[in-house]
Amino acid sequence: MSSVAQKRGFGATLWDWLTTVDHKKIGILYLLGGLFFFVLGGIEAMIIRLQLMTPNNDLVSAGLFNDLITMHGTTMIFLAAMPILFGFMNAIVPLQIGARDVAFPFINSLGFWMFAFGGLFLNISWLFGEVPDAGWTSYASLSLHSPGHGIDFYAIGLQIAGGGTLMAGINFLVTIINMRAPGMTYMRMPLFTWTTFVASAMILFAFPPLTIGLFFLTFDRMFSGNFFDHTMGGNTIIWEHIFWIFGHPEVYILILPAFGIFSEIFATFSRKRLFGYTAMVFATVLIGFLGFMVWAHHMFTVGLGPTANAIFAVATMAIAVPTGVKIFNWLLTIWGGSIKVTTPMLYALGFIPSFVMGGVTGVMQGAAPLDYQLHDTYFIVAHFHYVIVGGVVLAIFAALHYWWPKMFGTMLHEGLGKITFVFFFIGFHMTFLIQHWLGFWGMPRRVWTFMDGQGWNMANMISTIGALLMAIGFTVMVINIVMTTIKNERVGNDPWGDGRTLEWAIPSPPVFYNFAQTPLIRGLDTLWVEKMDGSKEMITPAEPVTDIHMPNGSIIPLLMTLGLFIAGFGAMFHQETSWGLPVLIFGLAFTFVMMAARSLKDDLGFYVTKEQILEDMKNEKGGRN
Amino acid sequence: MDLNKKFTPETWPAHPEKATLEAKNKFVGFWLFLGGETILFATLFATYMALKNKGPSGFGFTTQELYTLPLVFVMTMLLLTSSLTSVYAMYHLKSFNFKKMQLWLALTAFLGLGFLMLEVYEFSHYVQEGFTFNNSAFSSSFFTLVGTHGFHVAIGLVWVTLLIFRNSKRGLNLYNATKYYTFSLYWHFIDVVWVFIFTVVYLMGVIG
Repeated sequence: MSSVAQKRGFGATLWDWLTTVDHKKIGILYLLGGLFFFVLGGIEAMIIRLQLMTPNNDLVSAGLFNDLITMHGTTMIFLAAMPILFGFMNAIVPLQIGARDVAFPFINSLGFWMFAFGGLFLNISWLFGEVPDAGWTSYASLSLHSPGHGIDFYAIGLQIAGGGTLMAGINFLVTIINMRAPGMTYMRMPLFTWTTFVASAMILFAFPPLTIGLFFLTFDRMFSGNFFDHTMGGNTIIWEHIFWIFGHPEVYILILPAFGIFSEIFATFSRKRLFGYTAMVFATVLIGFLGFMVWAHHMFTVGLGPTANAIFAVATMAIAVPTGVKIFNWLLTIWGGSIKVTTPMLYALGFIPSFVMGGVTGVMQGAAPLDYQLHDTYFIVAHFHYVIVGGVVLAIFAALHYWWPKMFGTMLHEGLGKITFVFFFIGFHMTFLIQHWLGFWGMPRRVWTFMDGQGWNMANMISTIGALLMAIGFTVMVINIVMTTIKNERVGNDPWGDGRTLEWAIPSPPVFYNFAQTPLIRGLDTLWVEKMDGSKEMITPAEPVTDIHMPNGSIIPLLMTLGLFIAGFGAMFHQETSWGLPVLIFGLAFTFVMMAARSLKDDLGFYVTKEQILEDMKNEKGGRN
Repeated sequence: MDLNKKFTPETWPAHPEKATLEAKNKFVGFWLFLGGETILFATLFATYMALKNKGPSGFGFTTQELYTLPLVFVMTMLLLTSSLTSVYAMYHLKSFNFKKMQLWLALTAFLGLGFLMLEVYEFSHYVQEGFTFNNSAFSSSFFTLVGTHGFHVAIGLVWVTLLIFRNSKRGLNLYNATKYYTFSLYWHFIDVVWVFIFTVVYLMGVIG
């Protein structure tokens, strides 16, 4: 219905994107939304680095600096890294398991719009001039006393976006459990699908605590609750626990899909089966499990006592074992492979040393006594940027090049891609390597400026120059994307030539029902098996061509989210204005009416007829040559 | 899916709640959702236990003085019974007896409504005694935990009412069987949470 290629007006196209429930289009929406916030968070980072370039600098005021670091962290984690990964999961996972759609297309769209409106809500704070300023962790004693509405934007914006994430998590779980093609056993699933599966399970158990924590914060700030106010019997440490019970799994939710992406890329461009597939799966599950056992290592200095600190220290270091298994498996995948150094492969090769360095400093901080020394210094900043930029962001850039042809039907320029990598990679190490030493030399994190004569000047200058190099690298990538889109040279099913998994067996981009016939999966690396067997069609069908059932598009997800968005403003202003409470009630009621509308009106979807599928198949064959 | 397909008790599948792919998805998805809800309530329970009896200096309320077990016992009985009636409703869902299913669900809703009214009475009673949401950390955590449960009951009531009226004319089919079934899962979940509230909040509040 929606993907029929024909000339349409702008209005119709816009309506199509606003109402789409096609996982491939939602994937593109996530990608665009995430990249938008990535740019925003990147600009914030650049201003932070420019402020810290020289001692006693006053480029931005101390208050604005707090706004910038808070919004940089919050934006990058919640609104850039996760949505971009969701974009790839949406676009690729159903293709990898041979499904025609996700389990809940409607909820998928709802999840996207909640992310979009949550992110919008958070960033509207800039227009009000009252921006979240208590750090991305928003520790309660600080956030309760932050004047203005800054923290309110944080609490409500993340509440809306977080709800969307939870829905996306459940959706991927059910998709992978129920919608695998015949023969696609769990132990034949590509690693990206596996890591999506485990990350989604982690979302399911990590996000409800965040929901509750944000509600407590909302109640304390806007509805005179007393959860964190010690004068009323409350306890500020409760926020820290709840936040990190969410927050630590969250970093694994980010890094596991990144591991999955690199596993695909290593196997593809080493033209070898992934070494130790079973161990990789086991390590993924183990990391997912241990990820919930270590939250208090963020709180060593709170004073939980030596026993608690010791237990969490040991659990933390234990995570290094499955992670090490992964690193060695990647190395052994490359070993003896017929390596092709494409742009995605370049990122993957750069990832290994970078991420190992971040992992090693993580184990250092896992030792509780040493953490007392490192806590709240630039060493911490260096560590988490090494794992998140050196792991997640490199994976995102790699995946962007790797799957761009599958998502958009045209290839990013390899030369420009490599230039991006060189600038970004050098810039990244230049920015953050030196920050380890800054931490050792005693520079605390989150400071607005620093005094001259402490020996920090040169290091900070180097760090800022590195950040500029990263910005140049990213700009080259944007140029690459624009150029590629304008040129629009179409590519075939398997543009890298070495695709191993199912997504490379179908056209780029695929038709909206993905598979004309559900494929029969005959082994791990499905497409590779077919290639080795010399199959002409590259897919062994599991069914004859029949009518295909597909879901209808709907505007209701957007409207539901709009209600929550409106209600958020009502909650925020209900204490000081008379319109606040009615707006809050109206917003929630509007959302509820939309939910009822969705529930009461039967929406059974539609059928793509056999005739149309046969015609599509014929056109595709004609177009291929 | 064809909504007009007519079933008889003989042709009705043994597991109508997961007879199609869409239904299976909803079935699994709803179980997972309840998993997330479990964590949500666990967080609320932990917070309540940490803040129990905590208030500003001179705060006068303790769990022993506040709670009255007879009222809570009646509430518990109402909700537990409503869980039983929803089981009967699901029995009739599986044996394709639409009228009896609707009847048992209506009874479920009725009992749930009784529970909710008693809870409203309980809350308003506390507020009249001066135990309000914002007078202490204890009260905030109490009203949030028990209130979140009450909110879930209210949502469940609206849900089942809509289901009963929406489908009253057209009877059972494989499309709405899943909706009925997931409601009953939800209702059992609410019931289990209440068992924990009864134990952790009320019993342990009065005894321990």
